[in-house]
Amino acid sequence: MSSQVNRQAIARALAALAAGLVFGVGLALSQMIDPLKVLGFLDVSGAWDPSLMFVMGGAVVLAAAGFYLVLLRRRPLLDERFDLPSRAAIDARLLLGSALFGVGWGLAGYCPGPAIATLGLGNAEAWWFVPAMLAGAGLQRWQSQRRARTGATAADAPAS
Amino acid sequence: MLQFTPWSALGGGLLIGLSAVVLLALDGRIAGVSGIAGGLWFSSAGDRLWRVAFLAGLVGGAALWALAGGALPSPRAHFPAALLVLAGLLVGYGTALGGGCTSGHGVCGLARGSPRSLAATATFVAVAVASTFVVRHVLQIS
Repeated sequence: MSSQVNRQAIARALAALAAGLVFGVGLALSQMIDPLKVLGFLDVSGAWDPSLMFVMGGAVVLAAAGFYLVLLRRRPLLDERFDLPSRAAIDARLLLGSALFGVGWGLAGYCPGPAIATLGLGNAEAWWFVPAMLAGAGLQRWQSQRRARTGATAADAPAS
Repeated sequence: MLQFTPWSALGGGLLIGLSAVVLLALDGRIAGVSGIAGGLWFSSAGDRLWRVAFLAGLVGGAALWALAGGALPSPRAHFPAALLVLAGLLVGYGTALGGGCTSGHGVCGLARGSPRSLAATATFVAVAVASTFVVRHVLQIS
């Protein structure tokens, strides 16, 4: 029973590894691992390079068709259920978080995927960026957990 | 001078989309890199292996590209490390707060037709355009 569970977990990890490899090659082929290429898109004042729109366009169209077909099934091949985001609200958290991300993305030209993919390419920039990125994510998740915990405690406490 | 490269951009984009479809079809997961990486914090042991495997694949995919002789960017010579650290902190904190990045909201969310992801993507692209303008043309760092 438990070896069955382990085998499933290993199968899921191998599938994730394969998906990651394809993603990494896609980032390299599209030059999204080059921060100057990304900044060439974000810098609309100079010789604007619209390539990034083609990357996103290709990815979104293929994913939309693929997701549609995949979600006709009741469950993924290697797990019990689809783990899809359930939040729908366009709230301050979403907009503030996205704005902070945008500031950081425009500062250096790295978003999370390309930064992590660059770790193996002998470019020191990623080794400054990625640990800071993980620290920032850890800080926010820690704050959010602590808030949820104190919120729960306050709600459980008798009103007095 | 950088050039517009529509075909390699489209090809790379299709591979990224394919990766997202594979991860959803097999593991039932959304290929959002910030969520996969940030989810390593406070996650249960059983939820970690696939995350590490995906991230290792990202590194491995780019490395395989390099080994196969694919073109690599030439690193910037004098880009300040402090700016990379500041950018990393903002990207990590912001994507955790906003629940996604270019892949999670920008690719997977838009592909699912999520208005929330459209709002997120419009916001981070618009702010990144402004941020790039300030860094390059006001502060003149590149």
